[in-house]
Amino acid sequence: MTLVSQAPAAVTAPSVAPVPTPPVRPARRARHPFLRPGALASFAVVLVVLGWALAPGLFTAADPLVGVPADKLSPPSAAHWFGTDNLGRDLYARTVHGTGLSLQAALLALGLGLVVGAVAGLVAGYLGGVVDAVLMRTTDVLLAIPGLLLSLAVVTALGFGTLKVAIAVGVAEVATFARVMRAEVLRVRTTTYVEAAVLAGARRPAVLARHVLPNAAAPILVLATVQLGVVMLAVSSLSFLGFGAVPPTPEWGSLVAEGRNYLSVAWWFTTLPGLVIAALVLAANRLGHLLEGREHR
Amino acid sequence: MTGYVLRRLGAAALVLWAAFTVSFAVLYLLPSDPVSIMLDAANPGGTVDPAQVAELSARYGFDRPPLEQYLVLLGQALTGDLGVSVSSGAPVSQLLADAFPQTLALTSVALGVALLLGGTIATLASWSRSTRLRGALLALPPLGVSMPTFWIGLLLLQLFSFRLPIFPAVGNQGVASLVLPAVTLAIPLSAVVAQVLARSMRTAWDAPYVETALAKGASRGRVQWRHVTRNAALPALTLLGIAVGNLLAGAVVVETVFSRAGFGGLVEKAVRAQDIPVVQGVVVVGALVFVVVNLVVDLAYPALDPRIARTPATA
Repeated sequence: MTLVSQAPAAVTAPSVAPVPTPPVRPARRARHPFLRPGALASFAVVLVVLGWALAPGLFTAADPLVGVPADKLSPPSAAHWFGTDNLGRDLYARTVHGTGLSLQAALLALGLGLVVGAVAGLVAGYLGGVVDAVLMRTTDVLLAIPGLLLSLAVVTALGFGTLKVAIAVGVAEVATFARVMRAEVLRVRTTTYVEAAVLAGARRPAVLARHVLPNAAAPILVLATVQLGVVMLAVSSLSFLGFGAVPPTPEWGSLVAEGRNYLSVAWWFTTLPGLVIAALVLAANRLGHLLEGREHR
Repeated sequence: MTGYVLRRLGAAALVLWAAFTVSFAVLYLLPSDPVSIMLDAANPGGTVDPAQVAELSARYGFDRPPLEQYLVLLGQALTGDLGVSVSSGAPVSQLLADAFPQTLALTSVALGVALLLGGTIATLASWSRSTRLRGALLALPPLGVSMPTFWIGLLLLQLFSFRLPIFPAVGNQGVASLVLPAVTLAIPLSAVVAQVLARSMRTAWDAPYVETALAKGASRGRVQWRHVTRNAALPALTLLGIAVGNLLAGAVVVETVFSRAGFGGLVEKAVRAQDIPVVQGVVVVGALVFVVVNLVVDLAYPALDPRIARTPATA
């Protein structure tokens, strides 16, 4: 293979007249990956969900907590986009108002996993030796316990509530971030600029903060966007199981759980809030993988 | 070969011990007071009787220093004694043994379905020369990993139990009751299998041995079966080791959706009642399953790819 590919290079010496290239059909210009329809739709989903989280009042006028009993279990209509629940509350309003809490929990879990994992990975990768061995064996074990079971154990110990669910999911995320961060640090620490900084007499914390961290950060942030979907699913699963928000408060996972008893009479009750979760996770995954692809190029 | 097996066994035992330790740390050291949590869960809002607290502390050994508690529990665990359930008083190992067969049936059927579904998608996408079919097939896995498991389950229940009464909605009776839960559990995993397989099959199609086989006159179908699938299967095997742990965790959600008795129902009840010994038992069994499956995968490698046994293990 190498012999064949090297041969033409030797032939195309400056003295040889340029061979006319056969006419190539002009390829359709590839659209920028962020401008493809799928990516644009994903951006739109994320923007709408962010809007719901930040200003729910702008998107719905209905009260998420007070219902009209006469309207109970009515199917989706112009007045109630997602239909109503067993107490006559507007499900669209409940979904919109639940966004803030669900998203906060997911972001908190992600932040916890990111910060703790990144610090552990940074320390392990930079110090090496015994510290590295101990930290990495610990992450091995954390990875050996299925994430949801680990989260359930943390919830058992801490108690119930959206905040505690977020912490529990975050704990299960730490190991993933620690692994990637360590691998990045191992790559960065052998570069010449880090060597130069060390030789110039910079102290370890300074080298870590000024040279290693900024250069190792990008893949971690990309991983965070990819993991957002995983975290959303974990948070909503735990809240579906009933360990999250307390009943009257709307929250995505518990909204779906509330509809469980009305499966045969009200398909919209579980289907539509669940569809919102799936759409957001799909959009987040799509954008995460786009960023990841850019990172690899 | 014996060295390889022994090293793997040692690593497996180490992971199991560490999982026990981590679950002890999380469950017994995190809360300020496990006894009051247990009493509160058993009798919410009730007044706490100091005598009861002292009795419980003594029974579970909370009045002793953490290290001593840990060593006692570890010693018991080594003999197969995982303690006693706080809410029911039954031995944890008994509860786990009762629940496990149901979950084992569910997860193994789900694993089979996931392999079949994911393998079919990846094989068709890799074999087909129609870009449209390939695009349509490869659009499925991202959908599969984005849907919450409980939502898939509820959708299937709605469609195939209520709209069209084909399968029973709840319970453990018979094979029919296994179909919907197994499919629910299989969908996310089949998406991952399809993604990994499709990627490694694409790499295999570019390999020189494929070119050779095609040049010798083999059809695309023959190349796909004899060369591409076999070579692409190895990365997917590694994935299985990781996936089985997630299947077990997914079973917690799926068994709750379908109200099946099993591991998942046991965990869900135990977490609700903050029944610490049961939860710890479940975590340890989860790690045990993970370790055993990975051990089997590791030991199956040399049989499938002789190159692995010849090179010294790196990990």
